[in-house]
Amino acid sequence: MLTVAVFVPLAAAVALLALPKRREAWARPTAIAVSLVPLAVMVIAWIRFQLGSGFQLVESVPWIPALGITYKVGIDGLSLPLAAMSALLFTISMIYPADLRGKARQYFAAFLFLEAISLGVFLSLDLILFFVFWDLSLVGMYFLIGIWGHGDAQRSALKFFLYTLVGSLALLLGILGIYLSTPDRTFDMVEIIRTNPVPATGLASTLIFLALGLGFAVKTPLAPFHTWLPPAHVDAPAPASTILAGVLLKMGTYGFIRLSLQMMPETFQRFAFPLGVLAVISILYGALVAMAQTSLKRLIAYTSVNHMGYVILGVAAAGAMIGPESARSLALTGATIEMVAHGLITGALFLISGSILARGETYEIGAFGGLAARSPKLAGFTMLAAFASLGLPGLAGFVAEFQIFAGTLGVYPWLAGVGLLGIVITAALFLRMIQQVFLGELPPRWEGWRDLGRAEVVALVPILAFVVIIGVVPAWLVDVIDTLSRNLVGS
Amino acid sequence: MQPDAGAMAQAAVDVLPALILAGGAILIIFYALFVRRTLQVWAAALATATLAAAGYAVGVFLGEPPGVTFFGTFAVDGVNLWATAIILVVTVLTVALSVEWFDTDARQGEYYAVVLFSALGAVLLAGALDLMELVIAMMLASVTAYTMAGYHRRSRSSSEAAIKYFLLGGLANGVMVYGVALLFGLAGSTTFSELETGLAGADPLALVVGFGFVAMGVAFKLGALPAHQWMPDVAQGAPAPAAAFLLVAGKVGALVVLARLVMVLPEDLLGWRPVVALLAAATMTLGNLAALWQDDVRRLLGWSSVSQTGYGLLAVVAVGRSDLAIPSLLFFLAAYALGNMAAFGVVVELRGLTDRGAYRGLAGPHPWLIGGLAVSFLSFVGIPPLGGFAAKLLLMGAVIDAGYTWLAVLTIINSAISLFYYARVLGPAYFGAAARPRPVLGRWAGAAVLVAVVGVVAIGVVAQPLAQAWGALSLVGR
Repeated sequence: MLTVAVFVPLAAAVALLALPKRREAWARPTAIAVSLVPLAVMVIAWIRFQLGSGFQLVESVPWIPALGITYKVGIDGLSLPLAAMSALLFTISMIYPADLRGKARQYFAAFLFLEAISLGVFLSLDLILFFVFWDLSLVGMYFLIGIWGHGDAQRSALKFFLYTLVGSLALLLGILGIYLSTPDRTFDMVEIIRTNPVPATGLASTLIFLALGLGFAVKTPLAPFHTWLPPAHVDAPAPASTILAGVLLKMGTYGFIRLSLQMMPETFQRFAFPLGVLAVISILYGALVAMAQTSLKRLIAYTSVNHMGYVILGVAAAGAMIGPESARSLALTGATIEMVAHGLITGALFLISGSILARGETYEIGAFGGLAARSPKLAGFTMLAAFASLGLPGLAGFVAEFQIFAGTLGVYPWLAGVGLLGIVITAALFLRMIQQVFLGELPPRWEGWRDLGRAEVVALVPILAFVVIIGVVPAWLVDVIDTLSRNLVGS
Repeated sequence: MQPDAGAMAQAAVDVLPALILAGGAILIIFYALFVRRTLQVWAAALATATLAAAGYAVGVFLGEPPGVTFFGTFAVDGVNLWATAIILVVTVLTVALSVEWFDTDARQGEYYAVVLFSALGAVLLAGALDLMELVIAMMLASVTAYTMAGYHRRSRSSSEAAIKYFLLGGLANGVMVYGVALLFGLAGSTTFSELETGLAGADPLALVVGFGFVAMGVAFKLGALPAHQWMPDVAQGAPAPAAAFLLVAGKVGALVVLARLVMVLPEDLLGWRPVVALLAAATMTLGNLAALWQDDVRRLLGWSSVSQTGYGLLAVVAVGRSDLAIPSLLFFLAAYALGNMAAFGVVVELRGLTDRGAYRGLAGPHPWLIGGLAVSFLSFVGIPPLGGFAAKLLLMGAVIDAGYTWLAVLTIINSAISLFYYARVLGPAYFGAAARPRPVLGRWAGAAVLVAVVGVVAIGVVAQPLAQAWGALSLVGR
């Protein structure tokens, strides 16, 4: 069943490329319809998911048994929420209007390809399969930014590809290291998670951990490995930014939990504190630099660095092996919720920034003002997303950040305390942004400003609905994620 | 030893693929001599038939146990047979790329004979178990290679490439013969098996010099430092289909024979492993750095070929220490050979188009060709699930297993660097405003590109049969 979620979009992507040019208009409806398939699969998987047990709905076919490589997919409390959130974001971002540059078939083919790849990353239970999808996500995003981006898109696309390729090649080294440590040479993730074959101490484990860590830190991104992110986000088309922030960044944090923490917990413990420090640096640095931005999209991009810092802080606390188990479990649950919440919230914010660019042809915050009067829907959605992002209680971001900090306080109280400053700064910068863009006096050049169109509303409502639902009744999500946290931390 | 008739006959059967190649080449020479110009093109068909027959013979031999033949001078083992198969595929693709390219050339018939002889040289290299056999194979492969590089007699760049190639090759081969003489003097024999025992107590300095000189000849064929300079020249100046062949076929044979050769050396006397590792590191790094700012796509491919040689040498570093060494060697050769044929095939199909700027916006009018170029480039970088990824995965696994983790790290750094110059071609091709269509060469060249691209993808995706077949292989006598 999970295989369907990966290969239907993939096959459809190829089919779209073969679509005759005069059928260009079919591309969008076809792509949206196809993207409902993985979404439906995820809903079914959620219903059939059994709380409390490990990997489920596993499908496995030998691929290259001579090298211990298997085609193996499955879900657990970590991958299910991420895959489901990704499927939702892909459908939404295909609905969202974008400047297709007369290449509708290729655009939607690229999105479907990327959807297949992204789901593949979260569902894979074989390290090589995981890496195949991981690396292809770079290729897909490279073309999306390069072809449909604006500004200096070609340069940003290349920078993105180069930086993240360095990271992913480091990851490959780490994977090879794990592979060579397994007694019977296997890439099977379930087996590796069960046996933890890499010795807890020694040079090999340190090198493997650092290689994996570099790969994930670039993708997440953790400061100081984040420099590819702002240009890539700013020059990408808005729906691609949504996918980049909402889905691709999660691959990094997912990797930290799935590979670093689950496959080498004892080594992780040695590095938990430095990782936590890096996370706090990311939190503060991302927030402060976001505060200094005059471009709306750059601002959102830097808040991503800040939010990913929260996630890593939670993961570091969970892997620390000190402090009460309940606190560490709480931190990990919070980190995972934050991944989902950030995907939805920042995804929405990037889509909104695309709408603003389409109307105003600039991202400069200073150029706007008083837009709330002209576009109440745009203002309302933006405020909702921004409040969620700064962690207002009752919305998804609060649930996540509360658990992260509550958990981390029990493990690294100082780090949690310093990290909390990030929330204060984010609140300030979002409030200022809302004030500058939507309140105050309307500059005369925006007299003809239009409110959101139907497609935009249709796309934004489900995301923001989930942001509210997770904020008000988070139990259905928390229960699934707790399955992971309990298994991992053992409380 | 006086060989009797029975042993001779058996030996002749054992090297049947090579004999078929030689026979076909001779046949083509006579055909080209006596047939009128309009029928010359059918020499390509003859060549293809020869290659198919040789391929069939390889297929038959693959089922048989490995052995040593021709009085201990030639290996008929899986590694040789698979290397032969790769060379044959490369040669078939070369023929397909050449048909339309040389269509207006009055001497096109003989060209195919030269190609077959060159392929024969590479095949003999891959099986060499004797220094004299090595010299003969090297000479055969080299002399034909110079001819192919200079086949466009009236083209200045073709002649320039051929002369540069010849000068460097003459030096490298001469030095190699000198090295062979030294090793012969030290060991009292030229066969590898007797070298192994004969060199055991040899004078280390003489051994270093002798082996170094022989390695110089092999490095020339490989395009490894310090005899790499011909690669960009040939890639840029030689007729494009010939360049595609020259960059690949010799390298297949040379890499295999290098793996056989180093195993002969007494490792306690001569620490060759670090030396090969350094050579690999220098070759991949230099090739990549030189390719960085190339604006000539064919020259860029030549330099990238140098860097690929560096990756291939990783397999030699690990040989005898990791059971991944032999599979990684063959995966590398197959993926590199097909990737290079695909990339050069695209250039050939675009009638030798080589200015980087001319590729701007070509993805619009030529989506399939530029797509093929993208696949081959991404395979060179090592993006999964393409063949180049399987190769790099195994190569890095092999060197880590052999205790050379730093080489794997360097490979990764180099792969990232290489993405930069590949993207300098691919980026504008995809992101530039759609250009006008370019004239293309023809159907045969297009078909060759398609086959090569499918092969590049297949090596990665359908790797199981290959991994199964290659996982169990070892060099004969080990």
